[in-house]
Amino acid sequence: MEFDTIAAISTPMGEGAIAIVRLSGDEAVEIADKLFKSPNGKHLTEVPSHTIHYGHLIDPKTGEVVEEVMLSLMRGPKTFTREDVVEINCHGGIISVNRVLQLVLRSGARLAEPGEFTKRAFLNGRIDLSQAEAVMDLIRAKTDRAMNVALGQMDGKLSRLIASLRQALLETLAQVEVNIDYPEYDDVEEMTIPVLLEKCSWVREEIIQLLQTSSQGKILREGLSTVILGRPNVGKSSLLNSLVQENKAIVTEIAGTTRDIIEEYVNVRGVPLRLVDTAGIRETEDIVERIGVERSREALKGADLILLVLNYGEELSIEDERLFETIQAMDYIVVVNKTDIERKIDLNRVHELAGKHRVVTTSLLKEEGIIELEEAIAALFFEGQIEANDLTYVSNARHIALLHQAQDTIEEALMAAESGVPVDMIQIDVTRTWEILGEIIGDTVQESLINQLFSQFCLGK
Amino acid sequence: MPTNYEAGTFDVIVVGAGHAGVEAAYAAARMGAKTLMLTINLDMIAFMPCNPSVGGPAKGIVVREIDALGGLMGKVIDKTHIQMRMLNTGKGPAVRALRAQADKFQYQHEMKRVLEEEPNLQIHQAMVDELIIEEGEIKGIITQIGAIYRAAAVIITSGTFLRGEIIIGNLKYSSGPNNQQPSIKLADNLKELGLDLIRFKTGTPPRVNNRTIDYSKTEIQPGDDVPRAFSYETTEYIMDQLPCWLTYTSEQTHKVIEDNLHLSPMFSGMIKGTGPRYCPSIEDKVTRFSDKPRHQIFLEPEGRNTREVYVQGLSTSLPEHVQKQLIASVPGLENAEMMRAGYAIEYDSVVPTQLWPTLETKKISGLYTAGQINGTSGYEEAAGQGLLAGMNAAAKILGREEIILSRSDAYMGVLIDDLVTKGTNEPYRLLTSRAEYRLLLRHDNADLRLTETGYKAGLISEERHAKFQLKKQRIEEELARLREVIIKPNETTQAVIRSVGGAELKDGIRGADLLKRTEMHYEHIASLIPSDVVLSEDEQEQIEIQLKYEGYIQKAMQQVEKMKKLENKKIPENIDYDAISGIATEARMKLKDVRPLSIAQASRIAGVNPADISILLVYIEQGKIARINMN
Repeated sequence: MEFDTIAAISTPMGEGAIAIVRLSGDEAVEIADKLFKSPNGKHLTEVPSHTIHYGHLIDPKTGEVVEEVMLSLMRGPKTFTREDVVEINCHGGIISVNRVLQLVLRSGARLAEPGEFTKRAFLNGRIDLSQAEAVMDLIRAKTDRAMNVALGQMDGKLSRLIASLRQALLETLAQVEVNIDYPEYDDVEEMTIPVLLEKCSWVREEIIQLLQTSSQGKILREGLSTVILGRPNVGKSSLLNSLVQENKAIVTEIAGTTRDIIEEYVNVRGVPLRLVDTAGIRETEDIVERIGVERSREALKGADLILLVLNYGEELSIEDERLFETIQAMDYIVVVNKTDIERKIDLNRVHELAGKHRVVTTSLLKEEGIIELEEAIAALFFEGQIEANDLTYVSNARHIALLHQAQDTIEEALMAAESGVPVDMIQIDVTRTWEILGEIIGDTVQESLINQLFSQFCLGK
Repeated sequence: MPTNYEAGTFDVIVVGAGHAGVEAAYAAARMGAKTLMLTINLDMIAFMPCNPSVGGPAKGIVVREIDALGGLMGKVIDKTHIQMRMLNTGKGPAVRALRAQADKFQYQHEMKRVLEEEPNLQIHQAMVDELIIEEGEIKGIITQIGAIYRAAAVIITSGTFLRGEIIIGNLKYSSGPNNQQPSIKLADNLKELGLDLIRFKTGTPPRVNNRTIDYSKTEIQPGDDVPRAFSYETTEYIMDQLPCWLTYTSEQTHKVIEDNLHLSPMFSGMIKGTGPRYCPSIEDKVTRFSDKPRHQIFLEPEGRNTREVYVQGLSTSLPEHVQKQLIASVPGLENAEMMRAGYAIEYDSVVPTQLWPTLETKKISGLYTAGQINGTSGYEEAAGQGLLAGMNAAAKILGREEIILSRSDAYMGVLIDDLVTKGTNEPYRLLTSRAEYRLLLRHDNADLRLTETGYKAGLISEERHAKFQLKKQRIEEELARLREVIIKPNETTQAVIRSVGGAELKDGIRGADLLKRTEMHYEHIASLIPSDVVLSEDEQEQIEIQLKYEGYIQKAMQQVEKMKKLENKKIPENIDYDAISGIATEARMKLKDVRPLSIAQASRIAGVNPADISILLVYIEQGKIARINMN
């Protein structure tokens, strides 16, 4: 649909202290205003054009503070697209910028197609004729690439799950339709409110489940759960501090909650790391010492990435070898720290133990080797496809935003059903849910319902 | 070879007088075009070759729309039905629909009489063999006996007559419906002129004599006992109604079919045409849904002055002797005498993507097609197309603006847009689920949606228009009043609320908000805050629907607004799709084929994806800039 309000991350993914989410369209200001809370309580709808505002983005559903932002408001036509434009400047890094993007997508904006800002600029007369060809090429090239990435990206399991949800919805819809179009058929079961409620509740649960467990969603929301492992005094705390200091740790203090669940995120070259909170890491330290390797195995469960720290200035101990054994099936990087002192460790043996896993040598004291470590983390995460990942993340954000929308619409259907709205009205929201889920897996064929109708029921004079 | 002679000159010629033809001819004539309607058999005007009924879900709303535009179907069925029912009353207002059982003979007679009264319309019995085309424009037609009629617009509404072939068992013969003469030369002529034709199939069940039906074994299906009408002009209601009857197939029915399946032309491969899924033969139903123990059979009288009964649910092309066994296997029909056998019929249709949304063919200027020839099925679908083809043909002749209904205006808009944008690979039937804005396309608001269009075209009388405007005004004023006036939580109010089992008020509430409660109706509100004007039932209903479903209606309206923006992005008629680099090959072929008028229409074509639409938009804009620069 043209001319609705679009949004996208307009800064390169991953690096940079600041990231920008840009909105363009008739409702850009309205959408931003729904989310933005200024310290002095002013509304964006009332502020002059081409001004910058400090404040917080609030999730309207939960009331939680999502981000601290600077927001530029520019009303058309003196903007890049000649439409109303809002640029939300937030902390750099995938987690925060994605949260912001998802928030605006859930609040009524649509994820911009590749090249769409440029396209609008052109359609609104901002760009001259000579650039038109380039715009068309851009749309074609970027769209094809985005499609490939999006399709390649889809996890088969996720896509099957969504397909099965859609099928369930479709069967429900077909039954509603058959009751409407063939009211005289007495042998077709009437789609009653209780049956509809049951089906919709099930779909809602599944969507919520998907949002919670889908690996992409989890990583984007929570970051890669990362544990720093090693014997005492190898430099684990130094590593933590380096990563935090080097990479602008994002501390989100969620209003109304206790300090216990403060989460620390570190954005390493675009990779969101969730370092187990400081207490947790200290505990890990204790575990090795106190309880031994067996118990630490338990503590490592659920970690996405291990940073195994060894001491350059000491020989490999039995404990070190046991740690290798413990984490053999996991993703890990070996950090041989303290190159500032004399080498006693057998690096050949380390490589032998590490096998295909990366080994990085550092001197955290002298701030050496940190760049190499960061590159190793990024390489591990992106699997050498860093270039494609801006699109990958976009499609991820899109999936998650769509899942949220699907959740919203099915909840509207449920609310309507509970308040006695006729089935054929509730059907509107159920259909919408079905369509949204279809957008995720790229299937929006209209004929499906009619096909379902005639294959599920025996109809006709 | 007959000797040709000049038989007369007209503005519009309508070929065929079925449900599409009669509406087309009437509308064209009423709009001021000198019109000629030709039919192979004058006694078959508005004949119902299949079920004796009009309306039903989606279709009934089409009949209301036809009436709101000034067409005939609603008025005629209101005078000639034997029973009428409102369907889906237990559901929401969007899907309510009227259905009438017709006296099919009276319906024909009444339709013929109305047309005969029309001063601007000449009716003549003749078979049309050939079209006269000069330089891509229609100039007239030539009949079988050599009469040449000239006109600048011709509407073909040939139904199932084009190269029609009836099939019963292993017998296949050239015929129109109900053993009428088929139209063969015209089909050949259309092909020669370069129109793509497609072969479709449909069918009809046997008829029996009701003297021989044992109704004690069936269930009665009466009409509603309240007055109902399709037309907004109807004031006299038929309360003397005839019932239909319900029975079922038996195990024996299914056995007869299984034993004789090898004799079915459907399974032997004799029938090549594509049949509609929603109108399957009984042999189709039994084989495809073999686990269903029984199927419903409705016994529908064909009229008041006949004993003939239509056996709905038993459509078949099995040999006649098998059909007799089938009938005998149905409870109540054990001794029923078959009067006519069921049959399948194959016929030629025009691939409808060859049409503009005005139903004019893209190849031949001034040539229109409407009804079953466009690949649809159903009397109502045909009538709706006929009306719009007639209106557009007349508009063209008279130099007026064309009439295109959008998908949010009417079911007819959905129907025509689907046909000309997507085409169809089986006879197309309207279903409520085809309409994405069905909440807006209701039975109750057809007049609010379309009367103005009909009035502007000249099909709605001044008197009716004035009445309509008054109704509209009264509704708007009352809505405004209810949104304004506050109901106080006094004892009278609480008593009314209690009487319908609602929760008592804590504070004052606006009338509109109280009416939004499920249990409240207009009469309750009106009793608390009486209006100076007493509203009609129609008006009250309208107010209730508009308020109670306001949230949903608004959501739909927002979608419509978005779509309208794209509808307003017109694609120049002379666009050269080959010159646009970047459009995918499949999309390019489809676009060249359909030649959509707007970006919205383009976006509905299967195989045209959003990137193609983007590129198209940029290309069109580029053309505009180029023109501005040149100027």
